[in-house]
Amino acid sequence: MRNAFADEITSLAETDERIVLLSGDIGNRLFNTFRDRWPQRFYNIGVAEANLIGAAAGLAVCGLHPVTYTIAAFAVYRCFEQIRVDLAAQHLPVVVVGTGAGLAYSANGPTHHSCEDLAILRTLPGLTLLSPCDAVELRLALRYALTVSGPVYLRIGKKGEPIVHDSQPPRDITRPIQLRSGERILVLATGVMVAAALEAADQLRADGRAIEVVSLPVIKPFPSDWLHQRAGGFETVVTVEEHGVIGGLGGAVAELVSEWSAPRPRVLRLGTSDLYVHEAGEQAHLRQHYHLDVASIVERLQTAWLEAENTP
Amino acid sequence: MTTWTAGRLRDLAAQIRRDVLEMSHRAQTAHLGSSLSCVELIAAAYGGGLCLDPTRRQHADRDRLIFSKGHAATTLYAALARCGFFPISWLQEYAQPGSPLSEHPHRGVPGVEAATGSLGHGLSLGLGMALAARIRGWKNRVAVILSDGECNEGSTWEAALFAPAQRLGSLLAVIDYNKWQATGRSNEITALAPLADKWRAFGWQAEECDGHDVAAVRDRMLAVEPGLIGPPTVLIAHTVKGRGVSFMEDDNNWHYRSPNDEELAAALNELSILSTEPR
Repeated sequence: MRNAFADEITSLAETDERIVLLSGDIGNRLFNTFRDRWPQRFYNIGVAEANLIGAAAGLAVCGLHPVTYTIAAFAVYRCFEQIRVDLAAQHLPVVVVGTGAGLAYSANGPTHHSCEDLAILRTLPGLTLLSPCDAVELRLALRYALTVSGPVYLRIGKKGEPIVHDSQPPRDITRPIQLRSGERILVLATGVMVAAALEAADQLRADGRAIEVVSLPVIKPFPSDWLHQRAGGFETVVTVEEHGVIGGLGGAVAELVSEWSAPRPRVLRLGTSDLYVHEAGEQAHLRQHYHLDVASIVERLQTAWLEAENTP
Repeated sequence: MTTWTAGRLRDLAAQIRRDVLEMSHRAQTAHLGSSLSCVELIAAAYGGGLCLDPTRRQHADRDRLIFSKGHAATTLYAALARCGFFPISWLQEYAQPGSPLSEHPHRGVPGVEAATGSLGHGLSLGLGMALAARIRGWKNRVAVILSDGECNEGSTWEAALFAPAQRLGSLLAVIDYNKWQATGRSNEITALAPLADKWRAFGWQAEECDGHDVAAVRDRMLAVEPGLIGPPTVLIAHTVKGRGVSFMEDDNNWHYRSPNDEELAAALNELSILSTEPR
């Protein structure tokens, strides 16, 4: 996804001269084309995330449209206050890109994992949260982010993510994108987990259990009207994200559904548990650890299907 | 624009000081000592040190002042009101329910360039604005007024490291070095001194001055060259917390205290005696 980001931002900068790209000393060679083409519009701020966000705010006040780029874990936690005070409270148009979100920096350990970013950022008034699932959604999300009048957090993966939208690319990134239609269970997935959720649902489909699968590239503002209209017809809503079960997509859905009058669907949240993982391993290994691998998702969906069937 | 005489600058400073005392008394809000220490720094900026003109406040290429020590907002509000950015009558409503003049400034107030209040944000905002000016080809200056307490913040030093690397010569940091922070001496809580040497070591052109010599501060601000590619400047302004009122000067109780009726009368009396003294 990061290569698609570099490619897309370079292409967008061609026509939008307000774009200024700020990196937090990562993306070695990723932005060479951008930098060579517009040396006045690319700055490596250094390993200084508070200054990265503060400088972006200063640029935005002067009518530019800064895009900051660093690892999600560093883009959010250390400089949360700058995002809150400088960007959200002043409603400035800055796109904060968090790369390698979730468990992408797997073997680097919890310092580099980012499974709390959506939870804390979702609390900030006026901050738009985008979580594209593949390079196709990412390009659309970036284009959309640069049209938003306030701050945007763009949560992206790292590299080699499978392409989900190979046949029919989505048109509107601010709306949920249906990938499979089905019954009983509505799977809402976001970010890099969409591909895994889709694969799990397709395995159940082969057994005659057709589950609906939707990709949610926008976490905030949450499409609550859509959820209310769409989810009412299902016994169970399952959220899938490479993020903690507290406060992310699952948290958002649970908050909304809990306010509906009965009958309402059951909400099952699949995500990382309330524990840090202190062991080496690739992303696939960590997903197993958190029961977010395809086999674990299949198991959870099968159980949910049976429970839904047996509910009077 | 005609250059203000030193007398006119001092009159503006005296007026701001009176306004600040009255606002603190009326609203019973904190940070009076911090407001009084930076009166001349603000008066110098609005008295021609920077080009801060209410008729140009929507012009993109205007000079910009970031008041990073937002807790001293009364000083900024008084200057903005006295220089025509909004009606003087607004000062009466400071910190009252529904007033735009809250205890920390925000961009909804005419003339306020950035919301401040949490310390250590201003220098990054300022360098972003100086960078924007370079990108857009504007010839302007950006000044940031910081407290010495703000030099505790890591983010201040992140910005201090970056601005010289970009040779943002049109950026001026002014440090209101009143030697106190909320609960103690700023040189005891952290090893702030030698402050000018620290900034020099970071690549800034550092100068020290009497922060209550309003004409000298104004002249130093004027010397910052718009659009200059070179080291940014920091002015270490030696000031006295609570300046101007004998029983408030260098007494850190006035970080949180505000004057009662008798104290206000005594303070205003001192100021009126001072302002009629021959210069």
